[in-house]
Amino acid sequence: MERIKCGCGHVNPHGTLLCEACGRSLTGTGAPELLDMRYEGSARRSQTYNKTFIDKVWNFFSSVKVGIWLIVITLIASGIGTIFPQKMYIPQFVPASEFYEQKYGWPGKLYYILGFHELYSQWWYMILIALIGVSLVVCSLDRAVPLFRALKAQRVDRHESFMKGQRIFGITKGENFDEAVKAVKRNLKKKRYRIREENHAILAEKGRFSRWGPYVNHIGLIIFLFGAMLRFFPGMYVDEVIDIKEGERKEIPGTDGEYYLENKQFILEVYDEKENEAFSEALKKTGDVAKNYQTDVVLYKRKGERVPGAEAGLIKEKEYSIQVNNPLKFDQYAIYQMDFKTVLSAMNFVLVEKETNEPLGEINISLDNPKMRYNLGNGYTVEILKYYPDFDLDDEGLPVTLSRDPNNPAFVFEMYTPDKPEGEISLVAIQQTVEPVGENKYKMQFAGIETKTVSILALRKDLTLWIFALGGLIFLIGLSLGSYWNHRRIWIQQRGPDIWLAAHTNKNWYGLKRELQTVLAGTGINEPEDRNEKKGK
Amino acid sequence: MAELSSNLLMIAFILYLSAIPFFGGAIRQKNISKTEKPLKIWATVAIFLTMTGFAAHLGYFITRWLAAGHAPVSNLFEFITFFGLCTVGAFILIHFLYRTPVLGLAVLPVVLIIIAYAGMFSRDISPLIPPLQTYWLQIHVITVALGQAILAISFAAALIFLVKKVDQTRRNKSNVWLEVVLFLMLSVVGFIVVSVLFNAFHYSAVFQWTNQFGAEESVEYGMPPLIGPNEGQLVKGQFEPFLEAPAIIDAKKLNTVIWSLSTGIILYILTRFIFRKRIGAALKPLTGNINEDLADEISYRSVLIGFPVFTLGALVFGMIWAQIAWSRFWGWDPKEVWALITWLFYAAFLHLRLSKGWHGERSAWLAVIGFAIIMFNLVAVNLVIKGLHSYAGA
Ligand code: HEM
Repeated sequence: MERIKCGCGHVNPHGTLLCEACGRSLTGTGAPELLDMRYEGSARRSQTYNKTFIDKVWNFFSSVKVGIWLIVITLIASGIGTIFPQKMYIPQFVPASEFYEQKYGWPGKLYYILGFHELYSQWWYMILIALIGVSLVVCSLDRAVPLFRALKAQRVDRHESFMKGQRIFGITKGENFDEAVKAVKRNLKKKRYRIREENHAILAEKGRFSRWGPYVNHIGLIIFLFGAMLRFFPGMYVDEVIDIKEGERKEIPGTDGEYYLENKQFILEVYDEKENEAFSEALKKTGDVAKNYQTDVVLYKRKGERVPGAEAGLIKEKEYSIQVNNPLKFDQYAIYQMDFKTVLSAMNFVLVEKETNEPLGEINISLDNPKMRYNLGNGYTVEILKYYPDFDLDDEGLPVTLSRDPNNPAFVFEMYTPDKPEGEISLVAIQQTVEPVGENKYKMQFAGIETKTVSILALRKDLTLWIFALGGLIFLIGLSLGSYWNHRRIWIQQRGPDIWLAAHTNKNWYGLKRELQTVLAGTGINEPEDRNEKKGK
Repeated sequence: MAELSSNLLMIAFILYLSAIPFFGGAIRQKNISKTEKPLKIWATVAIFLTMTGFAAHLGYFITRWLAAGHAPVSNLFEFITFFGLCTVGAFILIHFLYRTPVLGLAVLPVVLIIIAYAGMFSRDISPLIPPLQTYWLQIHVITVALGQAILAISFAAALIFLVKKVDQTRRNKSNVWLEVVLFLMLSVVGFIVVSVLFNAFHYSAVFQWTNQFGAEESVEYGMPPLIGPNEGQLVKGQFEPFLEAPAIIDAKKLNTVIWSLSTGIILYILTRFIFRKRIGAALKPLTGNINEDLADEISYRSVLIGFPVFTLGALVFGMIWAQIAWSRFWGWDPKEVWALITWLFYAAFLHLRLSKGWHGERSAWLAVIGFAIIMFNLVAVNLVIKGLHSYAGA
């Protein structure tokens, strides 16, 4: 591509506005009053080419305006997503299609229809995030490369028009400034400027690395977004819920039968007023406050190969108390305490003769794994013909079970007694008894329940975490570089009897001016003026 | 210990209050004489009072920590008071960078409102529920508050800029919006005034009402019901409400908002009546001496300092904690989403300023909006949109 040779001899890439070395304007329009110093007038691809389709796409994504629009649209969409709760936070027993309309009226219905109830997994929301990512990459490449080229090529003695085009610029008229310049140099060194000198010209510079800041932080963001993308690959991310009863041992889902977990007990503790009297007021008002949710578990590992149909041989790996904020970690997995619930575990019934109400024996039915036949002695036997763990009636009025969880257990009993040896049938559900084949002499009377606590645990494997951590770390480093340091440059030239001084910073002009004040104090060189300020007044 | 703690907070409040006239004196002095000395004395006393107040405020924080056994950042009262503490801290820091007394004149009243606002919530020391029992609570919340406080300074500087810059000779869009911002600040004062008032009279009204699922509920109002709940029956209390809210709206909160805004309107009219001009116009002379560019730079600089702190506290530490406590570092909980929105907003702010050259007035408005988002997250999201972060019992 054609290159531009400046009067100073430096050869600049096509599209350069200010000579990389001496700072002279190359556009031929003459220097404007104040130079735009943002990218040192370097040749940015987006400003130079606009012919092919690729150029146009590149230019679109390298525009900060487009970037800002993408950010603002994402921001507004995210906000709308919080007007009503997301689907994952609504009660599970109501279907979402009804919940939003019922609770919030027509706005809720609209919300549901437009998909805002699952906003953050909508395809268009993900595309927005992806577009921000593309924009970040293009934008950064478009600027970073030419900017650092220019900063590297910069010469010490800048052109007259460059000096005059700086926002902070001043001329001190006079004669011999050798002493003054020496003093200024000393002061600048004290302020940790790096000083270069050429033909009566000085360039003092510090904090150039801070110009890397935005690009470093953008790289961090890109790595972070990359991590989010990786989650869609199988095996990188596992997320399972484990419901496990006290006393139960089960295979841990998602581990391919390699690990088993046993729940020894679930512990719920509440705060006691006596522990810390500072809490007594609060506890009086709110009642019990939970202090600890804990599941004591034993982790087992399978021994040898998995044999279908056979109970695996297990080796005890670890005993652990899982608490909130204290997950059990093993291999690449972690198990978290999420929640708990109380469920029915057993029901007791007594066989009675209806007329006399005489008890003839009690049975205890385990609801997970009920025994089908109970011998009560003296010729009394009870059989379970049918068991409905989650009892309901279907459209035709026939008994069905909605699930395998004992939420609403019901039984069809057959009672064999010495005087009714052929048996009597009755259906017993909570608070109702039906005798489908005529009036019975005996009944199964409800005699109490037993409950157990189910720990609700979450199993996670997340091989992408370190990528997020790395991205976050790089982002923070870049952000700090760009925010807490500034790139300051001061040019001093002896032109004949006069001293020219110009200065530039990428941000925090007030700080630069204060620094100039101290550096120039007592040297006889005038403080340059801030031409923005003059213009503003 | 808890007693001492409350007293220290009271002392801090009084010290901040007494610093305000001195900051006022510091900027007035310059008008009268050009000599440096008296100016310095006013400003020195003002900053001294502020720092003593800060020490007392810090004392409150430490003693309460000792009493509770955990960092007092676990409920709304504690968080907001701590946010006030950080704001004063950030102000002191910025003050020593730029030495502009007028900033104190803007920040300290805001801090007073913040502390008083905090006092409207339950001040009991409450025990920590299991998810909060970790040092990440302290690390996360303290950094967030610090970041937000620095961003609050950016708001204060922007406000100064706007008061100074906005043309008050004729009504225009800018000065009307400025009045809106000032009016909203007065409404917070309004909220505090009515809360204190009705609290002093132990006002209470209880309704029996029907929610959107047709179930009966009862609700207790702390302010006379202008708006009653759906099919509400007054069980206790005197006034019948004028209007009834539909079932899907939280009538009690709406009622509080209406009371606060109404009181805000009264306060606003009163102020207009006293000064006989827009509040913005009445405040304008106070900013006579400040350099516009400086106010603009302080505002921008505060964003630049505060944004990384906010990112670290709200997003990074928040994510680490969420990963440990809830097994996922991000869950689209409303409070999380609003932290993300705040972050995106300030990112957009920085880009607009850097690339589109949005300096001065536009930049100041952005700083105001940014702070409004932070306040929205603090107030509305906590109280209205309930999620994992809503502090229990607040
Ligand atoms: C949420 C996403 C983003 C964040 C958090 C972010 C953050 C930042 C920060 C903190 C700066 C430094 C600003 C300053 O020092 O005042 C910056 C600069 C910049 N950003 Fe971004 N950015 C994001 C997205 C983007 C996008 C999508 C683009 C592309 C259009 C972009 C283009 C730029 C440019 C061109 C600069 C200026 C670099 C310079 O002049 O040295 N950023 N960004």
